[in-house]
Amino acid sequence: MVTIAEPVRKQPVSRFRFILDRRDVLGALFVAPAILYVFLLVGVPFLLAVYYSISAYTIYDPSWRFVGLSNFEQVIQNPVFLDTLGNTFLFTFGSQLLGLILGKFGALLLLRPFPGRKIVRALIILPWAVPIALASVAWEWMFDSLYSVINWTLIALGVIDRSNAPNWLGNPHLAMLCVIVVNAWRFFPFAIVVFLAGITSVPQDIIDAATVDGAGFWRRNYQIILPMILPIVAIGLIFGIVFTFTDLSVVYLLTNGGPVNATSVLGFEGFQVGIVSGDVSHGAAISLFMLPVLFLVVIGMLRFIRRREI
Amino acid sequence: MRRVIAKVGKEVAFYLAIAFFVGLTTFPFYWMLITSLKSNPDLYNVTNVPFWFNEPPTLEHFRYLFEQTLFGRWLVNSLIIGVCVVVITLIAALPAGYSLARMTGRSGEAMGIGIFLTYLVPPTLLFLPLSRIIANLGLQNSMWSLVLVYPTFTIPFCTWLLMGFFKAMPVEIEEAAIVDGCSVFGAFIKMVLPLSLPAILTAVIFTFTLTLQEFVYALTFISSSAQKPITLGVATDLVRGDIFFWGEIMAGALIASIPVAIAYNLFLDRFISGITGGAVK
Repeated sequence: MVTIAEPVRKQPVSRFRFILDRRDVLGALFVAPAILYVFLLVGVPFLLAVYYSISAYTIYDPSWRFVGLSNFEQVIQNPVFLDTLGNTFLFTFGSQLLGLILGKFGALLLLRPFPGRKIVRALIILPWAVPIALASVAWEWMFDSLYSVINWTLIALGVIDRSNAPNWLGNPHLAMLCVIVVNAWRFFPFAIVVFLAGITSVPQDIIDAATVDGAGFWRRNYQIILPMILPIVAIGLIFGIVFTFTDLSVVYLLTNGGPVNATSVLGFEGFQVGIVSGDVSHGAAISLFMLPVLFLVVIGMLRFIRRREI
Repeated sequence: MRRVIAKVGKEVAFYLAIAFFVGLTTFPFYWMLITSLKSNPDLYNVTNVPFWFNEPPTLEHFRYLFEQTLFGRWLVNSLIIGVCVVVITLIAALPAGYSLARMTGRSGEAMGIGIFLTYLVPPTLLFLPLSRIIANLGLQNSMWSLVLVYPTFTIPFCTWLLMGFFKAMPVEIEEAAIVDGCSVFGAFIKMVLPLSLPAILTAVIFTFTLTLQEFVYALTFISSSAQKPITLGVATDLVRGDIFFWGEIMAGALIASIPVAIAYNLFLDRFISGITGGAVK
């Protein structure tokens, strides 16, 4: 005898069932809150920033008077601003280069299995995980003019004398070096992780084949692995560049832009002018100088994403 | 024999290099720890060896931090901000991620990339207009301004993260639910959400840590001490005039760092595959 399943009891169907079943309608409804939020609090403010930069808006005189490009002209003619622009590039590329070198080297080390590798990886990731504002204060204390542990060590080793110990954050060149080092310190763990993710995704048989064909360590690394992991490294680098180029916290906490603007960067200058001094229109104009670099980076990113799809 | 020596030398160099990296990354945190446990006379004496205690360790800085400063308040503020932002982010990003992965096809892909790119719009470009908007809403100097603004980067980030996860999920699960009489919406609620708990947990953890790490918006919008989140409070509020309370600052920094460090390490691999979006197949 064949048993037939009990017929399923019909459940009352909701009146809105036609909406709940329409994939396209539901899809639009699902994505709407996110799009709306981002539009209202990223899109609109962005357009506002552009408008501020061509108006005479300050917090004391919130007029919307259109003044054309005169804010940009005034900003460019300010010699401090040109220093700021140069500092920003030096800060970004210095710390990214240092971070990449440390990251590549660290990734090569962590690639090899050894006892305690998991713990080592967890410790190495710390600078990137911990809020940078908190790590910056620790570095500020380590660079202290009087109680610097770095100076103490150098004096104990006999490298320098207490009377001419360097004032790390008080000397223009050293201060720039400090903010670059701290930023590289913060980013190189990220670079390590990105390199590791890339290298472990390269199929082992390709590396084996190259080894059999006589490729040595360097050739395997730079002619086989590096080209293959380039997309993932590029995306990591794009993140690093965007977040460094527009950063403000490291400079704000370590040097406050000083001594005498030696470490002032675009984000910091925009903050000083637009928020601290309340000159919103000039602050917005300064911040908008980041845009060309951001656009280049976004184009680069889109190219890599598209390449992935092909 | 020479070969053995060369091999031993190589091993030693390898572990020395590892030690160098670990030292480089952990020393500032060791420095936080030892500073927070030293007594003031020990801290401010240049002739002392700074790497270890010259006088007995003390919990004085921690006591001062909790009793004489607003540290406890900042902890609570950060917790409230974090929880609210997590809720807002999940409400917006869960359906958005699912929709972009499953329901909107080719245009969804483009929209997903578009949303993700907004994650790259920096705070230092938006803080001026946002501070005016917040002033107009009457939220200046209030931590609720951060609850409003933080989702602008956590929603794009989590939408992208969840989109990648939903794409990797077998579509047969929902199809089976729909064949059994679920609506598309019902399949999402009854089948997809319960199965995505690991991804949701990842999104929650990263949203929370992103709110703890944020500094620029907090610095811009909030100046009254009682409203500060922990990162801002520790970094800017423990200075009286020109005097830095280094013991207290380091103690506060240490307490705020530990949970973030643990959370990051537990979820690191998901984070990496999330932001690189599977750039390497």
